[in-house]
Amino acid sequence: MKIAIASGKGGTGKTTLSTNLASYLAENEKVVLVDLDVEEPNSGLFIAGQLVHEDDKYKMIPEWKLHTCSLSGTCQDVCNFHAVIRLGMEVMVFPELCHSCYACSELCPTSSLPMVPQKMGVLRHYQKGHLSFVESRLDIGQEQAVPLISQTISYIDQEFPEDVIKLYDSPPGTSCPVIEATKEADFVILVTEPTPFGLHDLQLAVDTMRELNKKFGVVINRDGIGNDGVLDYCHIEKIPVVARIPSDRRIAELYSRGELIYTKIPEVKQQLLQIGKYIKDLQIGVNE
Amino acid sequence: MKEIVVISGKGGTGKTSITASFAYLGGKDVVVADCDVDAADMHLLLKPEHLQAENFYSGVIAEIDQDSCTSCGECAEICRFNAIPVANDIYTIDPLNCEGCGYCARICPVEAIAMNSQNVGDWYVSNTKAGNRMVHAKLGIGAENSGKLVAKVKNEAKNIANETEKEFVIVDGSPGIGCPVVSSLSGASFAVLVTEPTVSGFHDLERVYQLVKKFNIRAGCIINKADLNPQVTEKIEFFLEEENIVHISSLPYDEIFTEAMLEGQTIVEFGDNALKEIIIESWEKIKNVA
Repeated sequence: MKIAIASGKGGTGKTTLSTNLASYLAENEKVVLVDLDVEEPNSGLFIAGQLVHEDDKYKMIPEWKLHTCSLSGTCQDVCNFHAVIRLGMEVMVFPELCHSCYACSELCPTSSLPMVPQKMGVLRHYQKGHLSFVESRLDIGQEQAVPLISQTISYIDQEFPEDVIKLYDSPPGTSCPVIEATKEADFVILVTEPTPFGLHDLQLAVDTMRELNKKFGVVINRDGIGNDGVLDYCHIEKIPVVARIPSDRRIAELYSRGELIYTKIPEVKQQLLQIGKYIKDLQIGVNE
Repeated sequence: MKEIVVISGKGGTGKTSITASFAYLGGKDVVVADCDVDAADMHLLLKPEHLQAENFYSGVIAEIDQDSCTSCGECAEICRFNAIPVANDIYTIDPLNCEGCGYCARICPVEAIAMNSQNVGDWYVSNTKAGNRMVHAKLGIGAENSGKLVAKVKNEAKNIANETEKEFVIVDGSPGIGCPVVSSLSGASFAVLVTEPTVSGFHDLERVYQLVKKFNIRAGCIINKADLNPQVTEKIEFFLEEENIVHISSLPYDEIFTEAMLEGQTIVEFGDNALKEIIIESWEKIKNVA
């Protein structure tokens, strides 16, 4: 069962929920937690495990071979991303703009643009009891998160083919990185806060999930602040509210230190229990 | 004209509430750009009235003309994005996977594939209740945020500022370190980093600052919720000193952010509160150092 934990707005508590839920569930069964927020991965700050595997991740980019190039200009013509440009007697490649489509390389009449790997980030795999934790971090200066997210998901599929609970801590927003992170998920938990910003961005996230034909539910974090806008919206739209995590300064303080919360605050554990039960019901098809 | 870009790396640090307050304080002297096009929220506080609305087209997407397609399968073979699934010998385009590279259209032997331009969202020029012009946008659902819409919003705001001889453009940037942030930052005169003293906040600040440094942009920092964790606040202050980042101000943890938001107001217009003075001083300081 693959569960993506996402949100429109940043800072609503995706990572808090992902790390606490994963650790809680891993008390009794095997769980895989994956940090797909590769631009700003934070889950690792809350999970201390044993590093079992580390892997540089690459994307493929063209490399110009001066000696064989006939300066036909085909590469520039076929690149829709302006990542390959012919300037006089020279061909220049802009790796940060390249989408690795291979068109310039394979359509070059003299095969002068072979594709070569360029490092874009690093994947790390940690183990702590029943919990497997995998994170990828994008190198600073790399602009495209999607290829790294996609390779991380492939790693998970290969490494954990068995049907265990897999939690994907997803990037914020509603655009391509989120879609890449959620598109294979069986269920998506949208984390929001009961404020006007939270509601506005939740609506965007809901529209996105509907566009993707995903099953999803909402977890309200910092419950008690703000107003009933989010609850009313979920009620009208018939979106299940899976849990409500209370607003509590002690939670903010534990979080600020990089500590897990549910072990210290029983109300939070209670809510995780409820989410755990919801997931179990999903697995046997009760919430269909 | 100076361009002040507010970013945070991590979400939820109070970036938009603080930026909207600066926009309110700047009034007629500033043009506002909401470059967080993925989850734009500033309009909820500044209440813009649209003067102009435009569609934004960016990139292309493949479409197969089934009448001329011979199902040879060459397109699916060369597509690196798994965007051309086949079922019952019929090839189709998965629009969510298509990157718009156009390779398939180029090699299709019967020219059955067209590359159509894509409407990825809308952008607006508005008047806000603070008396300033605001340029903002709404990215289409699931659209690619390549940074082009961000660049469009920013450039329009800069044009307006130049034409109307305004002193500042205030930009609400996007989270993360990828293309939208790079677009938000390019050409900035000064970056304001809004952070919080949590291990995640500090971690993301360090990452996003590396990006700011790469662009050679001078920066200042606002530590929000500073009393939440004095130890991490101290670490952040040390980091700022080491990196020569201006420590603009520290704000205490305060529910006023949420209360003002509920009223659709910026913090500086929301009655008398403890944060108001600090934010006014912060804006004065930014104007001086930017």
